[in-house]
Amino acid sequence: MSGHDEHWNEHDDAAPGDEHAGGSGWSAIQVYLLGLLLAVGLTVASFWVAGANVVWGPGIPAALLALAVAQIGVHLVFFLHITSGPENTNNTLALAFGVLVVLLVVIGSVWIMAHMMHNMMPMPMDKLMQMQR
Amino acid sequence: MSKGPTPSDVASVYLQHGPYGQRHDPHGHGYAEARGHGAGGPAPKRVIVGYGFWIFLLSDIVMFSAFFAAYAVLVHQTAGGPTGKQLFDMKRVGLETAFLLASSFTCGLGYVAAAMRKQIQTQFWMLVTGLLGLAFVILEVTEFYEMIQHGAGPSRSAFLSAFFALVGCHGLHVSVGGLWLGTMMAQIWFKGFRPEIMRRLLCFNLFWHALDIIWVALFTIVYLLGAGA
Repeated sequence: MSGHDEHWNEHDDAAPGDEHAGGSGWSAIQVYLLGLLLAVGLTVASFWVAGANVVWGPGIPAALLALAVAQIGVHLVFFLHITSGPENTNNTLALAFGVLVVLLVVIGSVWIMAHMMHNMMPMPMDKLMQMQR
Repeated sequence: MSKGPTPSDVASVYLQHGPYGQRHDPHGHGYAEARGHGAGGPAPKRVIVGYGFWIFLLSDIVMFSAFFAAYAVLVHQTAGGPTGKQLFDMKRVGLETAFLLASSFTCGLGYVAAAMRKQIQTQFWMLVTGLLGLAFVILEVTEFYEMIQHGAGPSRSAFLSAFFALVGCHGLHVSVGGLWLGTMMAQIWFKGFRPEIMRRLLCFNLFWHALDIIWVALFTIVYLLGAGA
């Protein structure tokens, strides 16, 4: 998009945040507009699912997480211009590694602590459940 | 696409034209075919700076994941104190979300204007971005203030400690981002669209968009799941 040096070549890597296709002005704004539209739609859907009785109760967390992942994807593609193209290989690989570490930390912590609670609380289960409410 | 140059191709180009290909070019544009294969010289500085900042942002997100993990583990440990369901004001959270999403959009518009070297437009959209970010921070500080007034401060329970650490850390990032935004506006105004200023602006844009990505995870996991379930 912007600030590319004079000899720009389509085989070159793209900096994260730079739109590789080289659109500028109105065409670049259109990408942001589309991203805003999708993000607003997903946000409204999230608040609606959480607030109204539109989804089967126990399914609400799964629906909210799916909407959040979708919105993060929209932000990455339309605002940060991360693509699956060859010029973005390095950016995508770094992102994939980051996501791996995030998932390990979050899921690992929740998993281990749930087992700790289950195994170590010297308390009957119904009382434990009461405490958790 | 072709397999790229063989080692002997690279060697002959090196012998004929020197290490940077046909033209001596500090940014390594001379032998563009070989870019990314180690033979074409370093990538343009803009790509190196952007990539380095991208790595920083990802490590920042990894740090946030630790706060998220702590929150997820401690969310039910309210020690008899108030729960998220009793504390969260979803109207305010919706407003915060709208402000931050709008600021991410106007930040992008400012970036497009800067790419076209339009000073007034750039300054205008960056100012709007900053004001939206300020509105977000004010709403969050109000929320914290009201919670502490009602005896639901960070020392009340493990749940509230984790809540203030996670949400406060994000709010701190937005505040620091706001200071950076003001600095960038001044630099663009007085120094113009020089290459190093444009690189800093690229990094600032990445930072601001990443904050909005973290907020998406935050309002979903902390507020929506907390208020519902």
